[in-house]
Amino acid sequence: MIPALLETRALSRSFGALEVARGIDFRLEAGARHALIGPNGAGKTTFVNLLSGALAPSHGRVLLGGEDVTRLALARRVKRGIVRTFQINQLFRGLTVLENVSIAVAERLGAGGDALRPAGRRADVTAEAVRLVESMRLAGDAGRPVAELPYGRQRLVEIAIALGLAPRVLLLDEPAAGIPGAEHHILLDAIAALPREIAVLIIEHDMDLVFRFAGRITVMVGGAIFAEGAPAEIAANAEVRDVYLGAAADA
Amino acid sequence: MSAVPPATSPSTLPAALEAARRHRLRAWEALPWVAALGAYFAFPAQLAFGTLVLVTILFALSLDLVLGYAGIVTLGHAAFFGAGAYTVGMLAAHAGWTEPLSGLAAAAAVAGLLGLGSGWVLLRTQGLTLLMLTLSTMALLEQAANMFASWTGGFDGMPGLEFKPILGLFGFDVLYFRSQYLYALAVLFLGFVVLRTVAYSSFGRSLTGIRENLLRMHAVGAPVRARQRAAYAISAAIAGVAGAVFVQTTGYLNLGVLSLDRSAGVLIILILGGYGRLYGAFVGALAYMLLEHSLSKAYPTAWQLGLGLLLMAVALYARNGILGLAAAWRRKWAAR
Repeated sequence: MIPALLETRALSRSFGALEVARGIDFRLEAGARHALIGPNGAGKTTFVNLLSGALAPSHGRVLLGGEDVTRLALARRVKRGIVRTFQINQLFRGLTVLENVSIAVAERLGAGGDALRPAGRRADVTAEAVRLVESMRLAGDAGRPVAELPYGRQRLVEIAIALGLAPRVLLLDEPAAGIPGAEHHILLDAIAALPREIAVLIIEHDMDLVFRFAGRITVMVGGAIFAEGAPAEIAANAEVRDVYLGAAADA
Repeated sequence: MSAVPPATSPSTLPAALEAARRHRLRAWEALPWVAALGAYFAFPAQLAFGTLVLVTILFALSLDLVLGYAGIVTLGHAAFFGAGAYTVGMLAAHAGWTEPLSGLAAAAAVAGLLGLGSGWVLLRTQGLTLLMLTLSTMALLEQAANMFASWTGGFDGMPGLEFKPILGLFGFDVLYFRSQYLYALAVLFLGFVVLRTVAYSSFGRSLTGIRENLLRMHAVGAPVRARQRAAYAISAAIAGVAGAVFVQTTGYLNLGVLSLDRSAGVLIILILGGYGRLYGAFVGALAYMLLEHSLSKAYPTAWQLGLGLLLMAVALYARNGILGLAAAWRRKWAAR
């Protein structure tokens, strides 16, 4: 079998007696636009934590392009191209929007360890950060401290940071949460503008967004994969409707 | 195929212009140096006190890199000040190495290596654990200096150390502290240039990132631990230089250079002046030491009460120190 871009084999994680990930076998192909859905507490964020290296698994392996990255910490996996956003914004709140993005770009371009040259002299870093800030329609806020921005705009900074890291695999944990519906298109445009070969995995509760975005959907329940298929298959799956879509419709 | 529209050049975005200019020297930055030179002529009888202020500023500046920029909370920074102090003291007393500039280099090397070594172990922890470990590292050194009295002078310290003239030209002036003051000022200036360069570099900005959000810094792929260690070692080396200048200019040292008093004092100075902004060290050291100086003269038994009240006021109403308060007022003024 051709190795997938990102793949897990029997990935498990437990906290004491609580199993939050149970033997997950998962493949994310290059170029995939893949959604991960499931009821609250299904283990979606845990799974992203395991993929990104924020959390070490109890058992199983994570492979990137066939290479075992299970032992690599978060920062090392970022260098290999596994980039994630967080469900709750993780930003440098006291710094400006442009500085937030610049820090990420500086790390990718290997400028972060340079203790002599002024950060402002790295025109390549600034130019790239400006491009990202503009693509997120944040140019007007570029000089403002992130903490002063409404939550939805902060969310776009979170995305801009991730894009600034030039991901091969992009893991988006509820990227649209907190972004007003009228601004969802900014997010979707940004993802659409990514190089086609990047694999994107998105956790999202907004089913409208999921079905607009995803070419493939995985449903998680109770720390395990419950179903996987094309959007039409998932929408037609009676069991999925029972455990998830039905519950969502009731809510 | 249509031509790709030219990307907006960064120069059109005010924030990008600001970012490209941030590191440039501003006119007011000459102020501390002009004031320090002015003080040399204006207060010829106070130069011993002035020298001590300059040394303290350098020490506080070194702390600012780890505390103010990298967000590493430490109560043991006197370990490095003391390491530098004992390096030049012991070299002078036991090896006859009394040339001041090479003494500074030796002190920087010893303190920097100590910072690198202890940082390697301590920086795995954070928060209160780190606070306790930095404190105990310093206490261990203090105890070691106390125990090996034949080398360090123990509790009595080393009085009457003499050093060769600076560059072979300017002898240390026992009575008026003129050359000491200018020497301390020159070393402070060099230390400041180093720290300012580091603070405004990409490395310095990544330290700010570590302070602001550790998880985010990991998630942009930064080698966080290595950055912290490097900052800690640079800071330690400069603190060691401050300790060395202290010994060279006063000609004595005792266990006080390694004490909790000194660690806590410099922390208070930095908080008082405002951390993470370099000039907080200048303002804090001057304000603290002037107050200490004048209060202890006016109320020899109760002066610490006044200092305590001031610190409570700062903690309650000026969390970002004197400079933070000034910046807030300036913003308010600009908004009117």
